[in-house]
Amino acid sequence: MSKKILVFIEQRNSEIKKASFEAVKVATDLAAKQNSEVLAIALGNEINGLEDVGGFGINTVKHYKSVDLELYSSGAYAELIAECALSNDAGTVVFANTSLGKDLAPKIAVKLNAGIVMDSVAIKYENDEIIFSRPVYAGKALVDCKINSENKVFTIRPNVFPLGENNGGKANVDVTELSDVKLSSKVTEVKKSEGKLDVAEADIIVSGGRGLKGPENFHLIEKLADSLNAAVGASRAVVDAGWRPHSEQVGQTGKTVSPTLYVACAISGAIQHLAGMRSSKYIVAINKDKDAPIFQVADYGIVGDVFEVLPALTEEINKLKN
Amino acid sequence: MKIAVCVSHVPDTATKVNVGSDGKSIDPNGVTYVLNPYDEFAIEEALKTKEAVEGEVVILSVGGENNKETIRKSLAMGADAAVLLKSEGELDSFQVARALADEIKNQNAQLVFFGKQSVDYDNQIVGQLTAGILDYNCISVAVDFKLDGDKIIAEREIEGGREVVETTLPAVVTAQKGLNQPRYASLKGIMAAKRKTIEEKDAQIGESMVSIIGMQKPAPKQPGKIVGEDASAAPELARLLREEAKII
Ligand SMILES: Cc1cc2nc3c(=O)[nH]c(=O)nc-3n(C[C@H](O)[C@H](O)[C@H](O)COP(=O)(O)OP(=O)(O)OC[C@H]3O[C@@H](n4cnc5c(N)ncnc54)[C@H](O)[C@@H]3O)c2cc1C
Ligand SMILES: Nc1ncnc2c1ncn2[C@@H]1O[C@H](COP(=O)(O)O)[C@@H](O)[C@H]1O
Repeated sequence: MSKKILVFIEQRNSEIKKASFEAVKVATDLAAKQNSEVLAIALGNEINGLEDVGGFGINTVKHYKSVDLELYSSGAYAELIAECALSNDAGTVVFANTSLGKDLAPKIAVKLNAGIVMDSVAIKYENDEIIFSRPVYAGKALVDCKINSENKVFTIRPNVFPLGENNGGKANVDVTELSDVKLSSKVTEVKKSEGKLDVAEADIIVSGGRGLKGPENFHLIEKLADSLNAAVGASRAVVDAGWRPHSEQVGQTGKTVSPTLYVACAISGAIQHLAGMRSSKYIVAINKDKDAPIFQVADYGIVGDVFEVLPALTEEINKLKN
Repeated sequence: MKIAVCVSHVPDTATKVNVGSDGKSIDPNGVTYVLNPYDEFAIEEALKTKEAVEGEVVILSVGGENNKETIRKSLAMGADAAVLLKSEGELDSFQVARALADEIKNQNAQLVFFGKQSVDYDNQIVGQLTAGILDYNCISVAVDFKLDGDKIIAEREIEGGREVVETTLPAVVTAQKGLNQPRYASLKGIMAAKRKTIEEKDAQIGESMVSIIGMQKPAPKQPGKIVGEDASAAPELARLLREEAKII
């Protein structure tokens, strides 16, 4: 039997991230093929619904509990996770590729002397080897790779691996209370950005481009986003012009997103923009230029003026929803 | 204080990617290589810090002879010295990080800037791996950075906001867009860069931890359909989103 698999459960504000459930599912599927066992680890103070990871095949969650761990602290988190892996004979550690996962996973790789693969979008198990597929060159190509070392660390792209059925099982939560955690770096404050939802996490995104002509017209984007319960995104042209904050930029030098639905409004579809959103499940494009490259990746397109199409579409969606 | 900046030499973001004859890397024909865009923010922050605290900025890059182009550009922006850690062929991130850590130790640099990500393999890990190997504190994806003595107060971008992080030197910081506005190389800088020598050493890479076994282009997307023109197409689009895509 192989060494165990350890999966990291991420909490923010005491709530477990959806992507962590996806990581759990990937870990338990892999364990079934490798004939190994999965253990989960969570760090934080109060964490709601930890036992629910049991619904995806986990028996035990180790909860390292302290007020000092409520906010992310890279040094202390890395220390505790590596120690948990070593003391429980776990050789593979799985993370979701969130901002926290991206920061933390490489630090665990160093501590376990493990090869590391980031941002996998597909995982195969062949001849006792794990083959990871991941996008490179901003999604213009995919590589297949494998980890040569015995210990392995990998992260999975959120919103890509299906969660599957929750069987309703409950995991046993094994709490270790820690007092006086040594923090070599410390988060002293979390500043929330204005937008309600972040593009990196949203299931639906409505993005606006230069064709909106000015920041004062983004209410059209915001209204459609509200009707769909979506996050607002933007092209780089819009961010560089100062109409929208960089946190909303989608693309090669913005965020890479793979929502269920991406609505591109008055965005031409430059290669650097496509790089950030082409893996979305459904893409809608609204553009007055029927030759705009965005239509080449769109599932559904409307050739027309955003100033007319957006209000009409918002109204139709509100009608359907009520 | 010695400040190091690690820079990578990558294909321009407008590059059309084709798979090369080895089936596992890109065809370099017709590809223009540039200083990795995020590394410009890293260089700028190092130069600003140097101007504030007195110090020396040294550029480190792991790779082949071609990396010198990127190193010259970094020197032209105002860096003082550079080391090319020579290694031909594909390296995994761990090998790059080991080579960098080795030289950072050698230089005794207490503050090291990276870009948050190389726009080739998009791993976003070399900075954190290097910090891990050196046992330095680490702040990734920084959009704000302040140094006060040996104390750092920085902000890093996370989903839906920013974290304010406090830590101390020695430290690694990886730069995100928004951290600063990179300066252009002045003519004087470009001339000066030509005269500076690039020190060359063999990279200490160690064993390979990850192997790439193949590269493919993503399956082309089926061209979608134009639902219609103008606002009159809105009801049909809404219907498709509900009935076909099952989103609303
Ligand atoms: C190194 C580098 C990195 C980059 N990174 C990114 C990135 O991360 N993200 C990104 O988005 N870009 C990025 N870019 C920029 C990219 O190349 C494009 O310049 C940018 O995406 C264009 O933004 P846009 O589509 O909003 O504007 P434009 O290209 O100007 O397109 C505007 C579109 O709006 C349409 N339009 C105009 N008026 C209307 C109307 N009334 N109704 C309907 N349609 C209308 C036009 O037909 C046009 O297609 C990067 C570029 C470089 C060099
Ligand atoms: N070959 C290299 N030489 C020097 N620095 C590098 C190299 N590769 C990556 N880096 C640094 O590490 C950062 C992150 O790269 P990556 O983890 O590959 O996305 C880059 O922005 C550079 O600062």
